[in-house]
Amino acid sequence: MADLRFASLRLEKGGRAILNGVDGVLTHGRITAILGPNGAGKSSLLHCLAGLEVPTGGDVTLGGTLLSALSAQDRARSLGFLPQRAELHWNMAVRALVELGRLVHSGGTRLTSDDAAIVDAVMADMDVAELSQRPIWTLSGGEQARVLLGRVLAGQPEWLIADEPLASLDPAHQISVLRKMEAVARAGAGVALVLHDVNHAARIADDVLLMKDGSIVAHGPATAVLTPEILQNVFDVPFRRIVGETAFLIGDS
Amino acid sequence: MKLNGGLVLLLALAALLSLFVGRHWIAPGHWVGGDLESLIITELRLPRICVGMLVGAALGTAGASMQGYLRNPLADPGLFGISACAALGAVGSLFFGLGASPWVLSLFALAGAGAGTAVLSLVAGRSGSTIIFTLAGVMLSSLAAALTALIINLAPTPFASTEIVTWLMGALTDRSWDDVWLGLPLIAVGIAVLLTTRRSLDALTLGDLAARSMGVDMRRLQWRIVIGLALCVGSAVAIAGVIGFVGLMVPHIMRPLVGHRPSALLIPSALGGALLVVVADMVVRSLPIVSEIRLGVVMSVLGAPFFLALLLRMRREMA
Repeated sequence: MADLRFASLRLEKGGRAILNGVDGVLTHGRITAILGPNGAGKSSLLHCLAGLEVPTGGDVTLGGTLLSALSAQDRARSLGFLPQRAELHWNMAVRALVELGRLVHSGGTRLTSDDAAIVDAVMADMDVAELSQRPIWTLSGGEQARVLLGRVLAGQPEWLIADEPLASLDPAHQISVLRKMEAVARAGAGVALVLHDVNHAARIADDVLLMKDGSIVAHGPATAVLTPEILQNVFDVPFRRIVGETAFLIGDS
Repeated sequence: MKLNGGLVLLLALAALLSLFVGRHWIAPGHWVGGDLESLIITELRLPRICVGMLVGAALGTAGASMQGYLRNPLADPGLFGISACAALGAVGSLFFGLGASPWVLSLFALAGAGAGTAVLSLVAGRSGSTIIFTLAGVMLSSLAAALTALIINLAPTPFASTEIVTWLMGALTDRSWDDVWLGLPLIAVGIAVLLTTRRSLDALTLGDLAARSMGVDMRRLQWRIVIGLALCVGSAVAIAGVIGFVGLMVPHIMRPLVGHRPSALLIPSALGGALLVVVADMVVRSLPIVSEIRLGVVMSVLGAPFFLALLLRMRREMA
């Protein structure tokens, strides 16, 4: 399947190195969580993988094809991207917003009956079917997050690439969005997420990619990477395992 | 679709009514036959209505696409200085004595509008920041106004400066078929160019980054917006002078009727703009006053309070 592979990836901005020649493979059908302290280059890596940022050096390939060789529309069909900051500039109805996700498959702005069926299915999956005609600005933050995730999934991308999808959500909605992501991966798509919370990663990630200062510190199966020693080294704060293997107590005391 | 049909019907009715109405009421029996009254219809009122429709459609579409592109409901070619730049171009051609040919004047107006839009894009750069874009618009309109004032100052004769001032306050008085044939192709191409941006405008609802991830090429989009705005606004100013606020008011009224979707807003805004200008012009020329009030002045008198009301409502929503 179409793995996302990046080799000697470098990114510089204003003379400052953001990514210093990183390599790796994100495996299709698995959830990869990208973790690291602020300013480690997580979002920049994600932007390069999604084709939104042109790297200064190195390259990104999707299933063997250079990302830069794909047309914008082909890239948009393969790689669904969910930005960190939710932007909703017009007060459209929820359904119309999810329908925007189908734009990547059409030349115009009209929907076919196939498109409509896909949109219906995605809305049901995201539990927003009953909000269908509500103006988007009247929804809660958690509901908006599900609608926006639905927008990306309506494009039926091979990869779901999301930048901190849980930021600004309360714990209940964080869990529900994580479950949706899990379902997406089980349904056969690749998932790459930047996460802030180590415990969220421990909960859903198959693979973990740890970054610090523009380099990759560790990359492998979650169970191998998420150890108190490695985490402490990356985040400069003590980690202790609590319940079994899937949660950490962060900090002293 | 229903909305567009309704607007076309209203526009047809308004245009028809417009033929009767004026200083002089002319009944349909006298519309043909070659006498003086039929001449008023075919050589004065009909071209005047056509120019009104063209200008309204151009400004409505320009406003709707500008608002979608900037994701700012307050965007308007007049407020952001594009009309002022077009007027500066037109006034410049008058000053240099080139205004005798309407084609030369239009060319100057188009160049002015194009340069204005391009400067706006350049200043705002790829930041996509609406605050920077808005401030750049403020800068542009003051600069264009200052340069226009300078030209009026330096005008060789009082006659020239009167003519220039008349241009700045747009009107549909004394329009001829020449103006229609001049504006029609340019505005049609301008609207067609703006209609090609619909898909991208929809994607931009989700912000710049999401739109790019959905395959929108921001640079190409920017060029299409610049060219479309220059053609629409430049030719509208060339054939009718500056008429402000049409591009602000019409998309705003239409937006709830199309479910707030930016792509669906363009055609209703064209039709609504045409309707607004034709109706406003009909009112202006049937008022029983000695000298006719200029349409551009009426639009600003209507538009500025509308803008204020909009601002106040946005402030309330933000709080």
